[in-house]
Amino acid sequence: MYVAVKGGEKAIDAAHAWLAEERRGPEDVAELSVDQIKEQLKLAVNRVMAEGSLYDPDLAALAIKQARGDMIEAIFLIRAYRTTLPRFGGSEPVDTDAMACDRRVSATFKDAPGGQVLGPTFDYTHRLLDFKLAADGETPKAAERAEEPAPKPHIMSFLDREDLIQPEPEGADTPPDLTREPLELPAARALRLQSLTRGDEGFVLGMAYSTQRGYARNHAFVAELRIGTCAVEMDIPELGFAIEIGEVELTECETVNQFQGSKTQPPQFTRGYGLVFGMSERKAISMALVDRALRWKELGEDNVGAPAQDEEFVLYHADNVQATGFLEHIKLPHYVDFQSELELIRKLRREAMDRVPNQEAAE
Amino acid sequence: MDGTLDPNAARKAWLSVLAKADADAVGALWAETGLAPEHSVLRAPEIGAVMVRGRAGAVGAPFNMGEMTVTRASVRLATGEVGHGYVQGRGKDHARTAALVDALMQTDQAGVVEAGVLTPLRDAASTRRATRAAKAAATKVDFFTIARGED
Repeated sequence: MYVAVKGGEKAIDAAHAWLAEERRGPEDVAELSVDQIKEQLKLAVNRVMAEGSLYDPDLAALAIKQARGDMIEAIFLIRAYRTTLPRFGGSEPVDTDAMACDRRVSATFKDAPGGQVLGPTFDYTHRLLDFKLAADGETPKAAERAEEPAPKPHIMSFLDREDLIQPEPEGADTPPDLTREPLELPAARALRLQSLTRGDEGFVLGMAYSTQRGYARNHAFVAELRIGTCAVEMDIPELGFAIEIGEVELTECETVNQFQGSKTQPPQFTRGYGLVFGMSERKAISMALVDRALRWKELGEDNVGAPAQDEEFVLYHADNVQATGFLEHIKLPHYVDFQSELELIRKLRREAMDRVPNQEAAE
Repeated sequence: MDGTLDPNAARKAWLSVLAKADADAVGALWAETGLAPEHSVLRAPEIGAVMVRGRAGAVGAPFNMGEMTVTRASVRLATGEVGHGYVQGRGKDHARTAALVDALMQTDQAGVVEAGVLTPLRDAASTRRATRAAKAAATKVDFFTIARGED
């Protein structure tokens, strides 16, 4: 039975007014501007764009402010906004070979053409709290080195030339889109990659870590990790040709994994792939490991029953907006549902209690 | 396609510059030119999204990554030239100005627009890019061998 109840409007209004006041915090502390969030909490903005599945730093910063720093709430706001936008079309696949790299490292080849470029990384910091930041410390200027930007070909292409790496199959020009059609299984790799790139960073990290700890281990090396900006090109019908409509910052991770061979195929390395909006290398590496684990069938591996090999488990639980929506709804009023449970348990207890003395009497 | 043989190369280039430029910079430079060509609006500025795609393994099958915000507008000058603007973000003025610049670049005002709007935008973009590249280059690792294992 469904029973509509009314009430609580005043309480809700008061709760939201208090929320707004708490969001602002004490007025003797300067208010945070959206620009400050965009420029100084850039990695938070990046995460909201990646998992909100919409590249717009201004909107992501606004969402973080509105959500009081609750990342999943901010991602939810971006997802909701995204649905209001008409879609103009799909871009050409971004050419990550032409990325203007801020960072580019390889764990497999020391002397990669184009060099190992560290970029603005946390790596090699001592992870000691820097109290200078709390005391308005001066920011050192970044060093510059005048140099003709060298081409940075994908490191994987060298293995490809020698046939040492499994080739990537071609696919449809217009890939399936899980925001337009329900996700059905088995999912093509294009759908798996879409799901992973917008999936929850913590979930994808946990799944990836499980493969490293032995659940469907696939011995990944980071062949290449690159972060930088790529132009986005789209065909414009009214022009009759493609133009660049903008540029996005991306993190790309290519892993080279344990080789496979069969009776007909000599052994070859296999690959996993991660590509994520913004500077998000933990997410990109995680994505590549999980992508590789999910490819067990097409690479002729055994299903060892590991969670990271189970695409239904991974893909249906990676989305934090779906997950939080279902999880958090159980705190909303369920008075009638619960009332019937209460009736039932009282009845069952009554029956059980009635039986106990009778049994004793029978003995 | 070889850029030098593409008849649309010049137009592609200026549209791309406008798309990627900072909206405020476009507005300020456009205002400075003092140009206000008579025109009709073919498509009022419209905010939408474009699905950005990548390729599995950088070289394989395309997949959908996520969307980006884009604003577009189209105008026709009183003299007949049609201009289109597609710009990143949610700037309606940015898109309208881009469409006007595109249209004027097809007229004898092209020199004025190129000098007043496009050249400064191109310069700003290449400076920005060069600065980041120089900072990246400063973090390039120079390996040196401390000791060799064999003699």
